[in-house]
Amino acid sequence: MSETRIDEGLVARYGPFGGRYVPETVISALDELSEAYLRHRDDPGFRAELDGLLASYVGRPTPLYRARGLERAWGVERLYLKREDLCHTGAHKINNALGQVLLASRMGKRRIIAETGAGQHGVATATAAALLGLECCVYMGRVDMARQRLNVIRMRMLGAEVRPVDSGIGTLKDALNEAIRDWVTNVRDTHYVIGTAAGPAPYPEIVAELQSVIGTEAREQMLAEAGRLPATVVACVGGGSNAIGIFRGFLDDADVALVGVEAGGEGIESGRHGASLGHGQPGVLHGTYSYLLQDPSGQVAEPHSISAGLDYPGVGPEHSHLRDTGRVRYVSATDAEALAAFAACSRAEGIIPALESSHALAHVQRDGAALGAAGPVLVCLSGRGDKDVDAVGAALGLDD
Amino acid sequence: MTEGGARIRAAFAGAGRPLFMPYVLGGYPGPAAGAEVLAAAAAHADLIELGVPFSDPLADGPTIQAAGQRAIEGGTRLEDVIELAAAHRDGPPIVLMTYVNLVLAMGPRAFAERAARAGVAGVIIPDLPIDEGAELREQARRAGISVVPLAAPTTGDARLAEIGRQADGFVYCVAMTGVTGRDVEVGEELRGFLRRARERIEAPLAVGFGVRTPRHVAEIGRLADGVIVGSELIRLIDAAPDAAAASAAVARFCEEAVAALSDPAGVPGP
Repeated sequence: MSETRIDEGLVARYGPFGGRYVPETVISALDELSEAYLRHRDDPGFRAELDGLLASYVGRPTPLYRARGLERAWGVERLYLKREDLCHTGAHKINNALGQVLLASRMGKRRIIAETGAGQHGVATATAAALLGLECCVYMGRVDMARQRLNVIRMRMLGAEVRPVDSGIGTLKDALNEAIRDWVTNVRDTHYVIGTAAGPAPYPEIVAELQSVIGTEAREQMLAEAGRLPATVVACVGGGSNAIGIFRGFLDDADVALVGVEAGGEGIESGRHGASLGHGQPGVLHGTYSYLLQDPSGQVAEPHSISAGLDYPGVGPEHSHLRDTGRVRYVSATDAEALAAFAACSRAEGIIPALESSHALAHVQRDGAALGAAGPVLVCLSGRGDKDVDAVGAALGLDD
Repeated sequence: MTEGGARIRAAFAGAGRPLFMPYVLGGYPGPAAGAEVLAAAAAHADLIELGVPFSDPLADGPTIQAAGQRAIEGGTRLEDVIELAAAHRDGPPIVLMTYVNLVLAMGPRAFAERAARAGVAGVIIPDLPIDEGAELREQARRAGISVVPLAAPTTGDARLAEIGRQADGFVYCVAMTGVTGRDVEVGEELRGFLRRARERIEAPLAVGFGVRTPRHVAEIGRLADGVIVGSELIRLIDAAPDAAAASAAVARFCEEAVAALSDPAGVPGP
């Protein structure tokens, strides 16, 4: 893989993708972050503190669970779920948030900012900031605040300020814009915890490394419990942090097929979707060069997904490279398919999955019998669906 | 030095005072009215920054973002703004201010060649730090257009020197850590930043971000070679009852700013 390294160790580009397309004001902060991350990453004290918290606070390792109910329902031979939904705060986001907030604390930053779509990254960051005693401010689109009301309340309970964003259409893209503006303004004492494997270098690499614990654990667990590697690994892709986290465990295993599932929204042909890898063009948004939903003149398009966490027009740059090299196949699932998989998983397994994760499940529901013919299928169940009860209740008519 | 960079340098060299550099957003408040605002500003400007509306302008505050959104909805695209520049090719040098994605979408080579044909002297790309955009820089150099680097108060000394080495027209110095449209404070931080920049950069230094009043213009004129005003002109347009009043308000502000730079002692207090 062709990669450019900065500061003797951190990947800045994945093939042509990545880079640092940001205002000059924050360049020094990116340099400072790279330097601090490299210094602390292999420091035994930092490692021990982070690993200790991942074990005793987050609940790692998360279990690998064989989903026999879904196997029967969908005709899949063997289906395993990597249970990131069992992480403290309910999603894989805490792996990254805790690592970054711990790092920020070591860097002497007193204030943390974050953006959030579904609210899971916001809750995770607010949690880590509460744990380490740092001030926390989370930017969230007004539309997302309405559809993820429970997470807004959770963030406030944790002591974070939630700042509504009204610009654009009030979703994740707009929250990122506002968070970056705050960072540009308060860069000296503030650390920006980006929630996904996107943004300017070194963020994509830091987030991928912090999330790679998912793939490392899952690989060992598959070997121990199934006696072999999975034939296929499936994960949902918005910005792509859970996907890169689990894929990193298997990138070198040529026989393991990797599938990323993007938001198909109301259908690709409707134009209302979030499938940047499948239907976008390379461009620059939020500091990184990557596949992007945009019009022919370069204005960023408004994405759509029933899942607030996948409602993003861009994607992490490593995914763009994995797409172009063919190592990962990227497909999409519509809102309706995700809802069907959500319902199936809830009833067959007693596990209410996040709407984001339901996109990964939807791919298995659609193609699982074929996928599973050569061996087990592993799905990253990136989070739980408690936050989605309002949206799904309304969509499925369960709310009277 | 590029041909555009040389034209920019000539403007700085010939003025005998700091340059006044208004920022005009192409296509705002509408395609026709925007052209009138540009003409009004050009009549009283030493150099024009002609903004290209973008959907996600990270370095700008809410004033320019909202205006940009309206301009996009009015149908203004990068090629329209380049045409606007062509219509003013005989006036003060024009520097386009655009975000990098728009340039990539057009293609760096097509952009550089079209801008050069329109008589554009340079381009400012606030999300393109000096280490990125090799292809775009090469195409701009071939076409004779200056890529204006930005410097910020957080930029370290070694990097300021590198920015100085890359500058051929001028260096855009961001007056504060923040986005456009907030009030600048002309204090020790800005003075210290400009002192460090001056020691390491040979090219003229123009200061923008948060410059709102003729008094700001005069104060910054004492420290820099050029003063940039953007969001305030958009506020004047927004506050005007009609397009003619908007152009008149912009012209009046530009006149006052030029007067402030010609005779800083003559500017009344805040």
